[in-house]
Amino acid sequence: MSKISLIIKREYTTRVMKKSFILLTFLTPVLFAGMIALVVWLGGIKDDKVKNIVVIDKTHLYTNVLKSNDVYTFRFIDEPVEEVKKKNSDNNQFTALLYITDDLKNNPKAATLYSEKQVNMELKSYIAGMLNKYVEEQKLAAYNIPNLKEMVDKSRTEIDLETIKWGENGKDKVGSAELALTIGMITAFIIYMFIVIYGAQVMNGVVQEKTNRIVEVMISSVKPFELMMGKIIGIAMVGLTQFLMWVILTGIIAVGASTIFSGNVDSNTLHQMGQMGMQTVPANATPSGVQTLFAALNGLNYIEIIGLFIVYFLGGYLLYASLFAAIGSAVDNETDTQQFSMPIMLPIIFGIYAGIFAAQNPDGPLAFWCSMIPFTSPIVMMVRLPFDVPAWQIILSLSILILSFIGTTWMAGKIYRTGILMYGKKVSWKELWKWLKY
Amino acid sequence: MNIKFLEVENVVKQYAGHLALDGVSLTVPENSIYGLLGPNGAGKTTLIRIINCITAPDSGEVRLNGKRMTPADVQHIGYLPEERGLYKKMKVGDQALYLAQLKGMTKSDALKALKYWFEKFEIEAWWSKKVEELSKGMAQKVQFIITVLHEPKLLIFDEPFSGFDPVNTDLIKREILALRDKGATIIFSTHNMETVEDLCENISLVDKAKIVLQGNVAEIRASHATNTYVVRSQSPILGNEKIELLSQSTKNGMMESTIRKQISGGNNLLLNEIIKQTEILSFEELLPSMNDIFIKTVKA
Repeated sequence: MSKISLIIKREYTTRVMKKSFILLTFLTPVLFAGMIALVVWLGGIKDDKVKNIVVIDKTHLYTNVLKSNDVYTFRFIDEPVEEVKKKNSDNNQFTALLYITDDLKNNPKAATLYSEKQVNMELKSYIAGMLNKYVEEQKLAAYNIPNLKEMVDKSRTEIDLETIKWGENGKDKVGSAELALTIGMITAFIIYMFIVIYGAQVMNGVVQEKTNRIVEVMISSVKPFELMMGKIIGIAMVGLTQFLMWVILTGIIAVGASTIFSGNVDSNTLHQMGQMGMQTVPANATPSGVQTLFAALNGLNYIEIIGLFIVYFLGGYLLYASLFAAIGSAVDNETDTQQFSMPIMLPIIFGIYAGIFAAQNPDGPLAFWCSMIPFTSPIVMMVRLPFDVPAWQIILSLSILILSFIGTTWMAGKIYRTGILMYGKKVSWKELWKWLKY
Repeated sequence: MNIKFLEVENVVKQYAGHLALDGVSLTVPENSIYGLLGPNGAGKTTLIRIINCITAPDSGEVRLNGKRMTPADVQHIGYLPEERGLYKKMKVGDQALYLAQLKGMTKSDALKALKYWFEKFEIEAWWSKKVEELSKGMAQKVQFIITVLHEPKLLIFDEPFSGFDPVNTDLIKREILALRDKGATIIFSTHNMETVEDLCENISLVDKAKIVLQGNVAEIRASHATNTYVVRSQSPILGNEKIELLSQSTKNGMMESTIRKQISGGNNLLLNEIIKQTEILSFEELLPSMNDIFIKTVKA
């Protein structure tokens, strides 16, 4: 076995065998699925505590309009507002106080909802919905046109704009801007996370070899560049293993979940969620919405996204990992790494912000340039990918990325070679620059 | 036997701002133990790194068996650096196997050799322990084994005895001598002058990037002789124009005198002078220790 493959093997196996790695790899998808399940489940639970709402209606027009249901009971009283408020702060008998001063038909601002705590959206929209509907009917009735109400009801439509992408053979694919956004942001974030986590592992690995004083033993058998590349490649393989495990486990969980909650139940729950949460807002996840979502999920080109994810992950990781290795070689202990890793972290962090902005305008100049600059392109391009980036842009961005990581690796190799043999010396940027020219 | 096994010729190495080696030359005969001495920062480690092909000299060359050293020759070198360590979280056996394979041994050869050494040092029980569980001395033993495992022709030890108790120092000393007897050539870099007197046949003393003293240990000591002798006798010796009395005391009923010869000529002439005064029980020339020579040379 060649020396570099021996080093790769050691770096890989020692990390993959670690309990923390195994735990993180298996638990992350489970936790993620668990979180989604929890949200769905919590959404399904009804708050069975009855909430009392006191109504002071000066006009006496709305006694039959505000109907109590399972959650809310309305009680009409005829007392001065201030007194009621004062009484309630002593013994908390009701959740909110609705105060109607005038006919809402003429004065839509005449209703006010008072409460001690901030009222929730649901209550507000429930009351507003009933009042709106009543006032609307009143207004329509005032026109004195027979069957007007039925006509208006019939003309009311809900537009849910479906987005369709053309496939290459002219076949339609259902697309969804929200879904593209979500997929883009998730993959971009994973790349960002992987670069930071595994880049830091490279850096700490180098620092440890230096503080353990094993490095001089090692380089009497292997070249410093072999040692550095072996570590970088070994850790890249750890990252890829983790990612592939996540893809596989997520797939298994998704298949498992869809067999347990068959499509019907699923859409029902979502439908309920929609009704619970946003009654006046048109529910996003109506049964037809869920179907569109699944269709859109099928419409995405997974092979392309996963393939390019791996390529961009490797490119971005290699670009940064060699720089992290150079920093690790230049310092004597882990606390010293901070001042040097800051300038490297900045473009990564900038990348994730650029990615968020790029998501709003995936074809804009910021998105374009940041997906070409190699220090941000792995993150920003992932955001743009689900929005169908032209092939030439992907090729150009990848070429720049590959050339850049060859450059940074070469530079880092020079710094690393000198740095690993330096002990007990506070290193400055000027010093690093000198090492580059040795 | 090749008396020019390793030759370092006119090696110069400049680091940004300072000269680490300034025209250093030395020749190590095959099958001998060579001492590389010098104060901290003199350039010893740089020289060793150049021999190991870790850094390249700015000018000059290193030859092994008459041929210019190439990185491929490093396989024949066993190097125990002064700054040495092991991966703390790795098991002793796995680590030894890994480092042996990096030196070019096959897995089965490495296993065989490791088994031999672990049995020899009676440390088989450490095989599946993690390095962090070992004491410093134990880790040093493992490192020694790793250094000599691939039976290198040239062994370079940088302060090999630091961290060892006297029992283990003795054990390692014996192993080093045994390796020399089996044909290895050994270079020692050390501050421990006792080891040098004990083990080394030849030395080079490096100071401020240059070699300031070089040669056979016995010859160096003889050439630094100060004409001082320790004489045990039955009655006191009196100083005169031929014998300078430096000190005198009674030990176990004998007189022990330190004297300096003030006449030219061999030791017998001096003996003749003493015989005239008293019965001699023992007579010994006091050669300066390597330690004295080291300090004297470096301070000069």
